[in-house]
Amino acid sequence: MLSKKMLGATTAIMLVAATGAHAESLTIATVNNGDMIRMQGLTDDFTEKTGHTVEWVTLEENVLRQRVTTDISTKGGQFDITTIGMYETPIWGKNGWLVALDDLSADYDVDDILPAMRGGLSVDGTLYAAPFYGESSMIMYRTDLMEKAGLEMPDAPTWEFVADAARKMTDKDNEIYGICLRGKAGWGENMAFLTATANAFGARWFDEEWNAQFDSDAWKKTLNFYIDLMNEAGPPGAANNGFNENLALFQQGKCGMWIDATVAASFVTNPNDSTVADKVGFALAPDTGLGKRGNWLWAWALAIPAGTQKEAAAKEFIEWATSKDYLELVAEKEGWANVPPGSRTSLYENPEYQKVPFAKMTLESINSADPTNPTVDPVPYVGVQFAAIPEFAGIATQVGQEFSAALAGQQSADEALAKAQALTNDEMEAAGYK
Amino acid sequence: MATQHSRSAARLMNTPAIFLLLVWMLVPLCMTIYFSFLDYRPLRGVYEWADGFENYARFLSSGSFTDSVVTTLIMVGGILAITVIGGVLLAMLLDQPIWGQGIVRILVIAPFFVMPTVSALVWKNMFMNPVNGLFAYLWKFFGGTPVDWLSQAPIFSIIWIVSWQWLPFATLILLTAIQSLDSEQMEAAEMDGAGFFSRFGYITLPHLARAITVVVLIQTIFLLSIFAEIFVTTNGAFGTRTLTYLVYQRVLESQNIGLGSAGGIVAVILANIVAIFLMRIVGKNLDN
Amino acid sequence: MARAVSNRRQIVTTIVAWTIGLLIFFPILWTILTSFKTEAEAIADPPSLLFFNWTLENYEVVQERSNYGKFLWNSIILAVGSTVIGLLIAIPSAWSMAFQPGKRTKDIMMWMLSTKMMPAVGVLFPIYILARNSGLFDTHILLIAVLMLMNLPIIIWMLYTYFKEIPVDILEAARMDGASLKSEILYVLTPMALPGIASTMLLNIILAWNEAFWTLNLTTINAAPLTAFIASYSSPEGLFYAKLSAASTMAIAPILIMGWFSQKQLVRGLTFGAVK
Repeated sequence: MLSKKMLGATTAIMLVAATGAHAESLTIATVNNGDMIRMQGLTDDFTEKTGHTVEWVTLEENVLRQRVTTDISTKGGQFDITTIGMYETPIWGKNGWLVALDDLSADYDVDDILPAMRGGLSVDGTLYAAPFYGESSMIMYRTDLMEKAGLEMPDAPTWEFVADAARKMTDKDNEIYGICLRGKAGWGENMAFLTATANAFGARWFDEEWNAQFDSDAWKKTLNFYIDLMNEAGPPGAANNGFNENLALFQQGKCGMWIDATVAASFVTNPNDSTVADKVGFALAPDTGLGKRGNWLWAWALAIPAGTQKEAAAKEFIEWATSKDYLELVAEKEGWANVPPGSRTSLYENPEYQKVPFAKMTLESINSADPTNPTVDPVPYVGVQFAAIPEFAGIATQVGQEFSAALAGQQSADEALAKAQALTNDEMEAAGYK
Repeated sequence: MATQHSRSAARLMNTPAIFLLLVWMLVPLCMTIYFSFLDYRPLRGVYEWADGFENYARFLSSGSFTDSVVTTLIMVGGILAITVIGGVLLAMLLDQPIWGQGIVRILVIAPFFVMPTVSALVWKNMFMNPVNGLFAYLWKFFGGTPVDWLSQAPIFSIIWIVSWQWLPFATLILLTAIQSLDSEQMEAAEMDGAGFFSRFGYITLPHLARAITVVVLIQTIFLLSIFAEIFVTTNGAFGTRTLTYLVYQRVLESQNIGLGSAGGIVAVILANIVAIFLMRIVGKNLDN
Repeated sequence: MARAVSNRRQIVTTIVAWTIGLLIFFPILWTILTSFKTEAEAIADPPSLLFFNWTLENYEVVQERSNYGKFLWNSIILAVGSTVIGLLIAIPSAWSMAFQPGKRTKDIMMWMLSTKMMPAVGVLFPIYILARNSGLFDTHILLIAVLMLMNLPIIIWMLYTYFKEIPVDILEAARMDGASLKSEILYVLTPMALPGIASTMLLNIILAWNEAFWTLNLTTINAAPLTAFIASYSSPEGLFYAKLSAASTMAIAPILIMGWFSQKQLVRGLTFGAVK
């Protein structure tokens, strides 16, 4: 072990000597998600190749957002690379807070990045963050429970079918809940799911004049449908369940269906963590026949804050972490199923990866999400499960708290919607939209 | 009588502390006051003078402000009630002769050493989770339906968690106070046939008044700014948004620094009103 | 007869006290036990208290992922550093107010306490900007200063109440004997105040160790203490109770052990003037 490290260090030094570049120490902020933790473990490969070392600041998602947002809006300059999402990238890029990634090397093959991801991480055609992994949402369901309920999941189900199946699969005495959905308040938690679902029900956040639309029938229908379904077929405490809580429930075999990020597919099918690994099927997120599916589009991407002294080294890291080679490195060590998904076209063309059970459905979900045209009726914003305006995170978290309280039974859906309507209009007015 | 010399020496010795605290108070306070009169929204690139007291008006007129003040009062009051009452009872218990007193005391003070984030995480996940939490197992074991603590009794849950952390502190101070109680007086009262409750009411409680005020004062200062426990457990949902948390949401989640700073100033003013009120009482109690 | 009664009474109070003590301690015990379980056993139904396959794998995973030693070291530096400097500033201040009270002494004390009323989130931006401009971001100096200033009012208050209890006559006697101010503090006051100072020190170390807002927001790597360490385990993907327990145990163990060893000193001085 020691000698291998020494060897690595020696090669690194030689490489540095050969290229004349000098070794930097990069500070990278990232989320404590499985794929990132894996990346952390593989950092040695990067150091061997470039001589640069990496210091990780790994934080829980909410804490990370708080840290990196404060840092970037005060130009604190604490991080050489930060992990951000599809919501932040266009806003920050437009503010000139991020280094444009328009001069990546030819080997990197930027054109290989899935068009949906590239589009969502660019401003006016310039890429500002490179996708580490990308996701849409889809249904993950228990094939055995579906069979037991005497149903067969179509590839592209409707909400009607899903609700019916959820009720039939539910067996509360044995702690089997037909459907697990996000309920925890937060713009990136329940509001991601509900906004995307509302799209399928024909609802939208704003009309073209930026008037809040929570008083519409479509939103009423969405929220009531969701709350009724969760009360009848959801797990207890759903109002506190986010992605992680639902993942744990599904892995324990307590959920019949779970509609969430496609990236979860590799966790629920991993026999090391999941008790139901061999009994999981996949389907597109449901629709209601209005022409839009409730599947979102998201990427966790690596970006360089403007003003870092180590821009060149940071770019080298991004090229390493989001490259084809990195995917192969992970495949070699952990198997293809554990490769960070949803970022590159070539991955989905790879015959090895096509054998992975969820590969096809993930790609189809990603391709069917349309951030520029997310809703049935026209809207002035871009984004499926969010509206890419700076005010959204603040507003949606408050709206999310109202909806979460409605799910917990503290208020009715109508009350929650009325409050959401009022507070959204109030905030939008104060922000100068009207 | 102190000499002129020692008096000025005393003043000199007090200077560093006063100076440092003055800087620590004034610099952020002035900057925050300045920000509170700005329309400062970094995500929009807006940084200009706000319209007079616009930020204050907005912060004070929103419904969430009054709600958050009420929540703060309920939370702080609830925690104080539990820790003081529990602390008195526990202190009286620990004052009795018991075998293994040292170990019991160690067990009782342990929660005070646990960092707030950890205690919130542990309570939230391992106890209050309605599926995998220990309470859920207990409820099921006795044939009940598991309670989803954090959404069905959110404020109570947070009060519970924070009280667990602060109970040791209250107990320790009250215990020292009880131990200083004149045992002869107690025995005399017992001889005179005074029952437990009258002894408690006429001797113990008055004796503890001073200690209780101290506990209330010190804890209030810390409790007014509880943040981690709410951040970790409910993220401010289900009506658990305290004033501090509301300011956090304005500053960080909405990235509206002007509005948030105005909220911060409002919070400082309110906290100081509470403080003055408290200190009047404490001051009286401590003088006599 | 009387003896038998009091004996029986002692048995009852002992049982009650132990039960309550164990209940209060249970969450910590449960966390420690869970940290030795596998993730599957951590959520097993019914939960097992002691009879499971004890494993160290969670500690291995945590150790592999984060450099625990560095976080621990930073926690120690910040807690001890801020306490020592805080005491150096607070002792003279509390001494002067206790023994040379002026007209405004009480107002000053109250004002000092009131500086703790500012909600940290409200001043995050100002402090962040100051930290950035001074180039002190993520340094021990900055964090020690912030933690010290945060707790300074509490230290001064605690020492003040403790010093107040020292009989003035002794000091007068020393003065009569011609002791200088310096020797008065060094040889007369300090030995008598030592228990109070020890207790103040311990309380301050605990408060500094557990401070989780500034330590998280003003550090990245070099000065990040255990509060930042725990933030990377708080809510990861999938089953995490066992790993969270291991990380939690690692974060609280040092301070818990310190607290237990020094509890006598801590308890003795923790009065805040409550006893007269």
